[in-house]
Amino acid sequence: MPAELVANVVVAGVLTGLVYGLMALGLSVIFGVVRVVNFAHGEMMTVAMYAATVLFAALKLDPFLAILPAAAAFFVFGYVLQAAVVNPFITRPEHSQFMLLVAIAIILVNGLLMIFGPDAKNVQVDYQLDSIEIGKLLVDKPRAYAAGAAVLTALALFAFFRFSLIGKAIRACADNHLGALVVGLNVKHLYALTFGLGSLCVAVAGCAMVVLVDVTPPLGPYYTLLAFVIVIVGGLGSMAGALLGGVLIGVSEALAGLFIEPSAKSMFSFGLLILVLLFRPQGLLGKRA
Amino acid sequence: MDRRQFTKSAAALAAAASFPGIVAAQAQKLKVGVILPRSGYLGFIGQSCQKGADLAPGVIKELLGVDIELMNADFESNVDTARTRAERLIQEGANALVGAFDSGASTAIAQVAEQRGIPYIVNIAAAPQITEQGYKFVFRNFQTAGDIVRNGLDLIGELFQATNTVPRTAVYMHVNDTFGQAVTKGIQAVLPQRTQLPFKIVDTISYDPAAKDLTVEVSKAKSTNADFLLLVCRLNDAIALRREMVKQRWNPMGVISPGSPGMYEEQYFKSLGKYSEYSISNVPWYNPNAKLTKIVEKAFVKQNPKEKLVFHGLNAGFTFEAILIAADAFKRAKSTDPKTLADAIRQTNITDKMTLGGPIKFNPKGQVEGIGSACVQNLELVPKVVLPTAAAEAKPVFPAPYYKT
Repeated sequence: MPAELVANVVVAGVLTGLVYGLMALGLSVIFGVVRVVNFAHGEMMTVAMYAATVLFAALKLDPFLAILPAAAAFFVFGYVLQAAVVNPFITRPEHSQFMLLVAIAIILVNGLLMIFGPDAKNVQVDYQLDSIEIGKLLVDKPRAYAAGAAVLTALALFAFFRFSLIGKAIRACADNHLGALVVGLNVKHLYALTFGLGSLCVAVAGCAMVVLVDVTPPLGPYYTLLAFVIVIVGGLGSMAGALLGGVLIGVSEALAGLFIEPSAKSMFSFGLLILVLLFRPQGLLGKRA
Repeated sequence: MDRRQFTKSAAALAAAASFPGIVAAQAQKLKVGVILPRSGYLGFIGQSCQKGADLAPGVIKELLGVDIELMNADFESNVDTARTRAERLIQEGANALVGAFDSGASTAIAQVAEQRGIPYIVNIAAAPQITEQGYKFVFRNFQTAGDIVRNGLDLIGELFQATNTVPRTAVYMHVNDTFGQAVTKGIQAVLPQRTQLPFKIVDTISYDPAAKDLTVEVSKAKSTNADFLLLVCRLNDAIALRREMVKQRWNPMGVISPGSPGMYEEQYFKSLGKYSEYSISNVPWYNPNAKLTKIVEKAFVKQNPKEKLVFHGLNAGFTFEAILIAADAFKRAKSTDPKTLADAIRQTNITDKMTLGGPIKFNPKGQVEGIGSACVQNLELVPKVVLPTAAAEAKPVFPAPYYKT
């Protein structure tokens, strides 16, 4: 098999994996701090993808520029959702949380169906079918831009949690909930901020993803499942793990498609998931409970 | 209500009370359950088929004087949902079922229809097994995968002759679903017999019909350096695949489908614009010059003023014909009794039809034979018949020009 073919496929897998990783990062951040698993994660990303198509259709706004308003709107949406709806469920049993978020997911899917119908929507930007030629490598331009947006967002989020006071306070909540309450942190507000930040990640991932795939309402559950696979492989609650998991899934699917059978490539991400669950249940970069 | 109106109504009521049988017969309608994938990954094609169903009651009332009531169901591109929708339509009183575009779903509906003893007319689905099970209530007015492949490969030979080209190699890509596998088996069986065809298949690549990303598949196909791409696809994957071909700057002599949907659909043109040009589909097609086509086209434009029949001709045409078959049988049977209706369908002989080929007559297996195919190429952003020459609207273009120009 030609080396350039393998290299092209690996690069595409890495770039796609980074966008997947950003999507999963939102899920991981929310779980890591709030300890609630967002079962409406993929559906929220689908909403972001639709938002990008609407902004493009109405204002001819490039999806990568649409990241700014979409991220701001999703931050507010996530904050309000956590503060008003999810927060009362934090101390309730996990099955209650599960049902709440599944209900939100179903509402989002059906809401999208009612508003946009079942037709696939897309954006058609000038550079959509362009490629960048680097030697024998042919890199898909929108995919490279999407991966760039994912990396920048992830770096900004890492910096926020590491260097800002609010970020440190959120980490304190994650590490020791009781301690955070004792020292007077407004935990409810910090939880809502975290949910907002997780939603912001979803918005960026959605705007980036819409230049790669057409969006339909039923896409949401697929991405929710994918985000789960990624965070379990990378380590639930680990930010770096989410990105690593995304890249691993992207590359393993690409290589499995190349060397084994393209129609069975998604089987390999689930194979990887089973291996991780068997031999490192906390995920590759997760902490043992 | 004045005195005269009251007298008329009273007289009508009295007449109805005296001849209840006549009133019942006059009031009788044929309830047709139409099961299509109007959402999910087959959603576009399902909606295209639905356009043919929607215009059927009006056109059939004019043609045959028969009342049809449609009972529409969306199976969401999911085989299990198709089964439950069929069950529900029968429970709700459907006298006949029509659908379902997809072979997997049609197979499931056929099982339900046979168990419940309700006639089921397949509009579009090619898996041979649908009419190979000895079913008594299942009928199909569409080519089987074998017929599609035979006709499709023969048309490929004609295309090469007409364009004086001799491609030596092809890479074969297909969706990995019931339909894709059925066509693949057909190709494996038929291609060795077609010794006049100059090419051999250098690699076969199957892919998930719901795949969002076909980067790997196209990379693999490109690396074979095949002269042309032989493609069995659906709609969404055809769009994704063509985009990926452009991104990877892969420009073979052409993309030819030996008989699958996707590349002649309106959404293919809408999504791809100029990149939709020159794709070739050898498929069962409608006869633009048929008398029935003119009638259907008029009704189609009335119902869909902003659309053209050419983008829906195959889907809407075969769906309309499936309902026409049910209505024609109902008219002759004068009954909605399932067995009587099925017997009447078996005796169908419709010569005035919309699609290419001979009359609609079912063989003992419930299959219509002799349905024609055409080589349809995307030219000037519409699908045009380029072969057979007798029905051609334009000359075929092969090899396709480089897409960047």
